[in-house]
Amino acid sequence: MSKYHVSTTINGDPVEYLCEPEQTLLDVLRDELYLTGSKEGCASGDCGACSVLVDDRLVCACLALGAEMGGKKIETIEGMADGDELHPLQQKFLEHAALQCGICTPGFLVAAKSLLDRNPDPTEEETRYWLAGNLCRCTGYDKIIRAVLDTAAEMRSGK
Amino acid sequence: MEEMRYEAPDSLDAAVAMLSDAGEAGRVLAGGTDLLVQLRAGMVHPGLVVDIKNIPEVRAISEEGGGFRVGAAVTGAELGEHAGMCKAWPGVVEATELIGSTQIQGRATMGGNLCNGSPAADSVPALIAAGAVASVIGPSGQRDVPVEDIIIGPGKTSLEKGEFVVSFKFPDRPAHSGDAYLRFIPRTEMDIAVVGAGVNITLDDDGVCQAARVGLGAVAATPLLVADAADALIGSTLDDAALEKLAAAASAACKPIDDKRGTIEFRTKVAGVLARRAALIALDRAKEGR
Ligand SMILES: Cc1cc2nc3c(=O)[nH]c(=O)nc-3n(C[C@H](O)[C@H](O)[C@H](O)COP(=O)(O)OP(=O)(O)OC[C@H]3O[C@@H](n4cnc5c(N)ncnc54)[C@H](O)[C@@H]3O)c2cc1C
Ligand code: FES
Ligand code: FES
Repeated sequence: MSKYHVSTTINGDPVEYLCEPEQTLLDVLRDELYLTGSKEGCASGDCGACSVLVDDRLVCACLALGAEMGGKKIETIEGMADGDELHPLQQKFLEHAALQCGICTPGFLVAAKSLLDRNPDPTEEETRYWLAGNLCRCTGYDKIIRAVLDTAAEMRSGK
Repeated sequence: MEEMRYEAPDSLDAAVAMLSDAGEAGRVLAGGTDLLVQLRAGMVHPGLVVDIKNIPEVRAISEEGGGFRVGAAVTGAELGEHAGMCKAWPGVVEATELIGSTQIQGRATMGGNLCNGSPAADSVPALIAAGAVASVIGPSGQRDVPVEDIIIGPGKTSLEKGEFVVSFKFPDRPAHSGDAYLRFIPRTEMDIAVVGAGVNITLDDDGVCQAARVGLGAVAATPLLVADAADALIGSTLDDAALEKLAAAASAACKPIDDKRGTIEFRTKVAGVLARRAALIALDRAKEGR
């Protein structure tokens, strides 16, 4: 099989990889680059566990090809914490017990961060709609929504 | 099985050449939110995937002769951020923004929604109501095709081998015009339309409807342009009698399927109800001078 050579940026670092034409971005992240924080829940765009940013747009990594990523800027859950220091969203998810099994958590965190980057003061309804493409089978969502809104409030107050 | 190749040409001519060489084996890739699901499920086995997103013409929104031209591979998220399109065609924008989640919006396109050929594709009834015309390019050159003539059956389009949609031209927008799209789904987000209705009207200075177009989705093998429903509105002020006629004409045009998501009777009734409600929203927007 002919491999495709792709040069891209992942979490701020230049990265080059080889991929097969049918490999998705999620396959490349997990199986070629061993960035296994992005999860595969459904592989069909329904669950959001594979959420990443491509050129600042929230997308499902399972619905993009690895070969498409030449020259793009990719951000994954691995880039969210600053070294040992958790991002405020990660910290709030812990405080609010907004996770149980944790499979959905990376996707929720990446999606919630992209919401707060665009809108530092979302309403509960805006937050629920923004996150409607992220499914969780454990928490019942309420704790996740509380954690996101609480993070937004804290980040606005500059604490 | 034949090995799949991936190409991302940066010009229309190069894309046409690749697709016509590949013949049956060639597939266009826009946002991939239908195509990649179909690839994974083994429903399609293309030998060549031609990613059109590096071609400037399919990615641009521009003003053209008083109207807008929107590239076929502009994403839902990008369309929703375009102030001019939101003002001129709020119905088209709201229909396109209904496609999937935030993540899907980051990739899904109107060109893909149309060319996937689903009878329930959300943007299509709104595009039909708007009178949008697809600019199609292929081995024998460029041609203009009204959106209602693209889908000819579930999953089937009238595009010839090697052809693809470059952009959509939206007509000039006279004063006192408005459009709207509504769909019925069992949940509030992330579902396939059981019925979709798009209505587009232009009023004269006295508030009398001069021009109207009505598009329906998910009630027949293809999205429909319903001339009788539009005729029910033209010459009226969208009073109750006209809206009754509109609803009756919309219901009469339905030839839906019966499935667990909606019975024939339900879809037929709801088509009339949604057409009526969409007409009232379009009326408000037309009066606001949008
Ligand atoms: C989780 C999820 C939720 C969804 N929700 C909805 C919904 O609510 N409403 C809805 O209508 N759809 C929905 N969809 C379906 C899909 O997202 C839309 O149909 C979308 O608009 C497809 O656009 P795309 O750019 O991703 O198409 P692609 O997958 O890139 O292409 C779709 C098809 O069209 C062809 N094609 C693409 N562009 C062109 C072109 N310019 N010229 C010729 N052929 C072309 C491709 O070859 C392919 O056959 C959903 C999908 C998922 C995964
Ligand atoms: S794995 Fe991508 S959306 Fe579920
Ligand atoms: S914590 Fe288990 S799926 Fe969300």
